[in-house]
Amino acid sequence: MIPDAWLPLLVVLSSLLTGVLIFFVGEEQHRTRTTLNMIGAVAKLLLVGVMVWGVFHRHRYETRLPLLPGLDFVLRADAMGMLFVGLSSVLWLLTTIYAIGYLEGSPHRSRFFGFFSLCVTSTMGIALAGDLITFMLSYELLTLSTYPLVVHRGTPDALHAGEVYLKYTLTGGALLLVGIIGLYNVAGSVEFTERGALARVSEIHHPALLAIFAILIAGLGVKTALVPLHGWLPVAMVAPAPVSALLHAVAVVKAGAFGIVRVAYDVYGVEFAARLGVLEPLSWLAGLTILYGSVRALAQDDLKRRLAYSTVSQVSYIVLGIGILGPVATIGGVVHLVHQGLMKITLFFCAGDLAETLGIHKISQMDGVGRRMPWSMAAFTVAALGMIGVPPVAGFVSKWYLGSGAIDAKQYWALAVLVASTALNAAYFLPILHRIWFRPASGEWPKRERDGLETRPTLLVPTLITALLSLAAGLFAGARFSPLGWAKLIAAREYIS
Amino acid sequence: MSDLPAAPFWMPLLIVIPLAAGSLAFLFGPRSSLGLVAATLVGIWLALIRLILDFNDIGLQLYPIGSWSAPLGIDLRADGLSVVMLGMTATVGSFISLYALGYFAGERVLGGRFWPLWWFLWAALNALFLSADLFNLYVTLELLSLSAVGLVTLSGDRESLAAGLRYLLTALAGSLAYLMGVALLYGAYGTLSLALIAGLTRSEPANALAASLITVGLLLKTALFPLHFWLPPAHGSALPPVSALLSGLVIKASFYMLLRLWFEVFPSALTPVFAQGVGALGAIAVFMGAWLAFHQEKLKMLIAWSTVAQIGYLFLTFPLVAASPADALTAWSGGVYLALSHAVAKAALFLAAGAMLRVTDEDQIERLEGVGRHLPVSLFAFAAAGVSLMGLPPSGGFIAKWLLLDAALSTGQWWWAAVLVLGGLASAAYIFRVLRRCFLAPREHAVFHPVPLIMPIAALSLAGVALALGLAAIFPLRLLEKSAPFVGAAATPPMVVP
Repeated sequence: MIPDAWLPLLVVLSSLLTGVLIFFVGEEQHRTRTTLNMIGAVAKLLLVGVMVWGVFHRHRYETRLPLLPGLDFVLRADAMGMLFVGLSSVLWLLTTIYAIGYLEGSPHRSRFFGFFSLCVTSTMGIALAGDLITFMLSYELLTLSTYPLVVHRGTPDALHAGEVYLKYTLTGGALLLVGIIGLYNVAGSVEFTERGALARVSEIHHPALLAIFAILIAGLGVKTALVPLHGWLPVAMVAPAPVSALLHAVAVVKAGAFGIVRVAYDVYGVEFAARLGVLEPLSWLAGLTILYGSVRALAQDDLKRRLAYSTVSQVSYIVLGIGILGPVATIGGVVHLVHQGLMKITLFFCAGDLAETLGIHKISQMDGVGRRMPWSMAAFTVAALGMIGVPPVAGFVSKWYLGSGAIDAKQYWALAVLVASTALNAAYFLPILHRIWFRPASGEWPKRERDGLETRPTLLVPTLITALLSLAAGLFAGARFSPLGWAKLIAAREYIS
Repeated sequence: MSDLPAAPFWMPLLIVIPLAAGSLAFLFGPRSSLGLVAATLVGIWLALIRLILDFNDIGLQLYPIGSWSAPLGIDLRADGLSVVMLGMTATVGSFISLYALGYFAGERVLGGRFWPLWWFLWAALNALFLSADLFNLYVTLELLSLSAVGLVTLSGDRESLAAGLRYLLTALAGSLAYLMGVALLYGAYGTLSLALIAGLTRSEPANALAASLITVGLLLKTALFPLHFWLPPAHGSALPPVSALLSGLVIKASFYMLLRLWFEVFPSALTPVFAQGVGALGAIAVFMGAWLAFHQEKLKMLIAWSTVAQIGYLFLTFPLVAASPADALTAWSGGVYLALSHAVAKAALFLAAGAMLRVTDEDQIERLEGVGRHLPVSLFAFAAAGVSLMGLPPSGGFIAKWLLLDAALSTGQWWWAAVLVLGGLASAAYIFRVLRRCFLAPREHAVFHPVPLIMPIAALSLAGVALALGLAAIFPLRLLEKSAPFVGAAATPPMVVP
């Protein structure tokens, strides 16, 4: 068997090697490239499966290499990390299949899939990082590997989006670096430990820890798209649909949110963070972002832009879950990391289906499209209802736990934010559903393919699977290995009680 | 001094091998280059590896030439700083040599001029890093400058001749200032040995004058703002392999001498005002260099201005080391590691640029469209080396920035931390200005020439080393720590997790 110390490294290497090899595959060798992609994605899924089982049984997987005197490069599988790893490895497989279909016949595919794999590699590094410096390493690598994906099309719009993206994320990365070194100076260690390790730092340093928390959140908030650091996200929409899907559901915004989760739970420890008084401002910021994102989404006619503002809003649920102190809200926030990913990736897949098949980019063009593409639009409907929080889709579970957590913690304003946001979600998703299903088609659609399918199977199948997964995550939330079950496990390990 | 056992002859070999190669290349011309390059590289690496191992096992290495020890004879001396600089030279030098094999493949005349000068330059660098006295340093520095000037003017076009002449005059002025300072010190103490002078220096006007002359001379050669004027034309107009070795290696020699002299020979003169002043010049260089790099139209000029900016970074070492003995080692290691990473990354950048220019036959950044498709390997090399220059992980530049930032924050000098962070963002601006062009579709009628495969491969390998330095920092840092000048001074051992 594989030694435990190698397993986390292998998970990272499975996509790194895939990416490096793909760069050397000729542009026209589709079959080789597809095979490589599939081998990498499936191998990773298997390795992750082994680790999930082990972590559940309190098995320890850790790769540790010295990086600097006194600082290690640490990859470690813990409950929190496995949640993110699980999400990314499942969605990587699906997005790869989708991207193969989406980019059929377009140029620079080796470059695209190479960076795509590097992007997933960095996400794995982020999820498995055992200390802040390893996290930082992967976090910056993510910035670098997503840039070529954002500018992939090489149009002036894409280049502009890339520029905006870099300005935001590199600045965020620089702040993060300052925060990490500051923390290293004060605390002497930047390792992640369950329930945090800063409570023992002497009181003299508390103002410094306060400032460092603010700097770290500012650095991570850029990728999380916390208002007012969200400006890059709607602009980055020019990227191809699979990239947007990855950016919004798995890689970039999630990396930021996951970083905030790590800092709050595993560096500071929520109880200590609450004593420092940093959680309250954080939850206000999250609340503000939730409402602001939803309001801005209302006014967008471009489908992907509306989805982008919806992401701004939804990702902050995760942050809100941290801010409302208490295990129940923690469950709600952490589980939303997965639930939002499943639902949002479905929505972006659908947007890509529409654009690829019918050339539809705007909501105003979507009248009656349900008759032409019933399966895709059914998936869209499931995910949109989930975003609103309609049971039994996954989004309902997140909102239920966040709401009960807010009541437990007597933070009634957070409940108000949730209710208002739900109303806004309904206001920007229901009109789309109305257009899809109840309005007459406004023009002629391109005809169906000979085989009678509404679009290419490589596009349709991943879309349906993610829609089913978001439904299943809600329906079977009570199961032990559901996202909710796992989030409960995490909450139990993060709170002493 | 003399109680140390005399080291084996690895040190003189490191000087003799490239000297011999230079002489052979001069005598036999370009015919012999492939075999000669291979033999020389193998010889240098064998000697170097033995030297590093000896140093790692035993410690400080001394070799009295002709068995005459200082103060009468000439010592060769290798400590951690020396072996790291020698390693840097050998790494960068090897890839430049391989690249040059491809670059000069079709050009017998140019190649015939390049190889002897390059081997002499390498010998001068090795000798400089092994010198233990001020006069030896002077001689090797002169040899270095003269070979470098010869290499700048290699192509013989008017632009490079003008740049070469300016380079020659500044190099001579720098050497002269340095020599006068050395003469003053010799007059005062009657010795030129670094170790002996270090024990003797007192605060007196003659000393201050000597130190100032030496420092100004070396700053001129290192091209710190405002003495940088000669560098961009010289580095920008030379042939790509020459630019790579000038920007990567040659300026590191005078920087190395500054580190030696200020932290080991007259550390007592290292006043806060001087340290902060040098740091301030460095900070100006960081931003001005980045600004001008961003606004260049020619690719090689962009890289040359980037060197001016990166040199500025190197001088942030001075205020960070001077601030507190407890953090001196961290800051000093950071500075040396930055010099090392910059050497590797900058050389890779010039080599990659050289391959891209060979392909498109134009030096304009605006004309780089489509290079990504025809020369992806070079583009990758450029991007990876750029990562190190920006100080992003995983790269040597990141490790260096981490160490320097650590020192800046723990000594409370937030303004230097700000320079480090903002300077990194500024370098991202000019690196991405190049990279973004490569995502554009090639313009019509663009002609792409073939290049020898070894060129992009050498560039990519060197860029790979720049990244690897970010993951394999432990060994070089241990070597540095082993004989660092501050170990005794540190109140608490730095860089230790409680």
